[in-house]
Amino acid sequence: MGVISTFERPTIRPKGRARWLIHLFPIPALIVYGLFVVYPIISAFLYSLYDWDGIKRGVFVGLKNFVTLFTVEPFNEMFWNAFGHNVYYFIIEMIVQNGIAFGLAFLIYRKIRGSSFLKIAYFMPRLLSVIVIGFLWKLILNPNYGALNTLLTKIGLEEWAKPWLGDPDTALLAIILINCWFGIGFAMLIFLAGLQSIPEELIEAARLDGARGISLLWKIILPLCMPSITIMTIFTFIQAFEAFELVYAMQGSMGEPFRSTDTLAVYFYRLAFSSAGGAGDVSVGLGSALAVVLFFIVASVSALSLYLMRKREVQH
Amino acid sequence: MRTSVGGRAAQYVLAYLFMLISLYPIVLMIASSFKTNMQIFENPLSLLPTAFSLDTYRKLWEVVPFADFLMNSIFVSVMSVLLITVFSAMAAFYLARFSYKWTGVLYFFFLLGLMIPIKLGLVPLFILMKNLGLLNSLWSLILIYTASGIPISVFILTGFFRTLPVELEEAARIDGCNHFQVFWRVLLPLIRPALATVVIINFIHAWNDFFFPLIFIQSDALKTIPVGMMVLFGEYETDWSLLFAGLTLSALPMIGVFLMASRQFMEGLTAGAVK
Repeated sequence: MGVISTFERPTIRPKGRARWLIHLFPIPALIVYGLFVVYPIISAFLYSLYDWDGIKRGVFVGLKNFVTLFTVEPFNEMFWNAFGHNVYYFIIEMIVQNGIAFGLAFLIYRKIRGSSFLKIAYFMPRLLSVIVIGFLWKLILNPNYGALNTLLTKIGLEEWAKPWLGDPDTALLAIILINCWFGIGFAMLIFLAGLQSIPEELIEAARLDGARGISLLWKIILPLCMPSITIMTIFTFIQAFEAFELVYAMQGSMGEPFRSTDTLAVYFYRLAFSSAGGAGDVSVGLGSALAVVLFFIVASVSALSLYLMRKREVQH
Repeated sequence: MRTSVGGRAAQYVLAYLFMLISLYPIVLMIASSFKTNMQIFENPLSLLPTAFSLDTYRKLWEVVPFADFLMNSIFVSVMSVLLITVFSAMAAFYLARFSYKWTGVLYFFFLLGLMIPIKLGLVPLFILMKNLGLLNSLWSLILIYTASGIPISVFILTGFFRTLPVELEEAARIDGCNHFQVFWRVLLPLIRPALATVVIINFIHAWNDFFFPLIFIQSDALKTIPVGMMVLFGEYETDWSLLFAGLTLSALPMIGVFLMASRQFMEGLTAGAVK
């Protein structure tokens, strides 16, 4: 298991006159992938080293854009503000989304009536476009007519009712929790697959040795689920650091209110595509520099966790 | 593990409580689309409209070109999925079945894409599309979805091709099949489950994405459903009934397809992560 498995030597050597034709097979995929994924990413690295006037490239400036990003007001302030939100996003998703998802997966693994229906239900939100989810929850969280505040008032918790998205203290948390609602079904399926791959005999053996309840879960089942937990951690990390759609749909490109929901990807969008970036105008150079930084954060952390995971797999 | 009756009951309560939390907002969205604005504001929680009415949908049809959005979404998703499946299957066949010095490197090159957040190449991508004359064209979306869907698809399909016995191919060759016939007639039908996975993963992505159409599509007539719905929210902010109807119409096609093939969907989406 794992995203990158070791490459085993394949088995066939083509023979015959037309054997060169076989080399045409990977060409279409290679061209499209190279041109629209690899080339833009490499270009973003180069772009970050230049001065830009709109989308016209100016002179080579070395690392100036990076220096500006980290030392000049308001760019550095916006960066750390957004970075903190991304970290918060990751932590809450790990605890709430993955915690609940593992619990639900465990309930289904332990056999529960109606489990196939439950799986479909948990998974349902994952089918909707993030923009639909954002707008739907905006209506539900509306301070005056929204379903949530109405519900809170009805069950006698009036003082809990508040403008969730308008209050800088709750807006980010509200968005992250909606993201958890969206992602629980998928995380649950990953964990369930992990649980179901544990050999029955191992659990039987542990039980014969006297492991029960919590200790069985903690000492036997959780460690054996580590591959699926690692995968889900990487997914969650990447998702948290790419968070854009939900914030944009619900709070716009400024991360309202008062940038309390700003994330690095939203900040990147502002710098590269709208005049609200803080640079007065679109700033391709700064935007590209931010993209490069974000790229290194995501790539280094996922590479590290993959490395740790493979090391553990070897030990098995 | 044995659990007490009380513990068992608590498990059921939890499991079904989360079912409610998952489903209620979606059912509420559908129910609200049949209510009038008055009914929504008076009783936002109820799942039963007091008077079932399709007026909102009639109005929705008039104020936004939903049929256009739908056709655009279908065109973009179907074309992307088709290209991804054909290209990835060809590449995976090559990577899984033949051995050259560069096959390992090539495989790794494709897998790199699994870790690259493609959104970060947005500015160069924008300039590239501009130079290719594809700004404000559905083909820009198709090419982007195809390119970004290739890594995961090559990964899944290569894994599957490797599980097929080599003897099969040798037999076909002895019977006089060339490479293309082996690929098309012998191997492709055998990896149908993996192809279904690839189709589903990429279809959900292409159908629901709104980031790229937001950047690359300007004219209303070319918008896909998710971006099209943004227009609705910009212009009819207070007409909640209409908004709920718009959201419902956007979500319905995918929910419908899912209910018909839920098992394949759920297995398909996790197949890439857990082999």
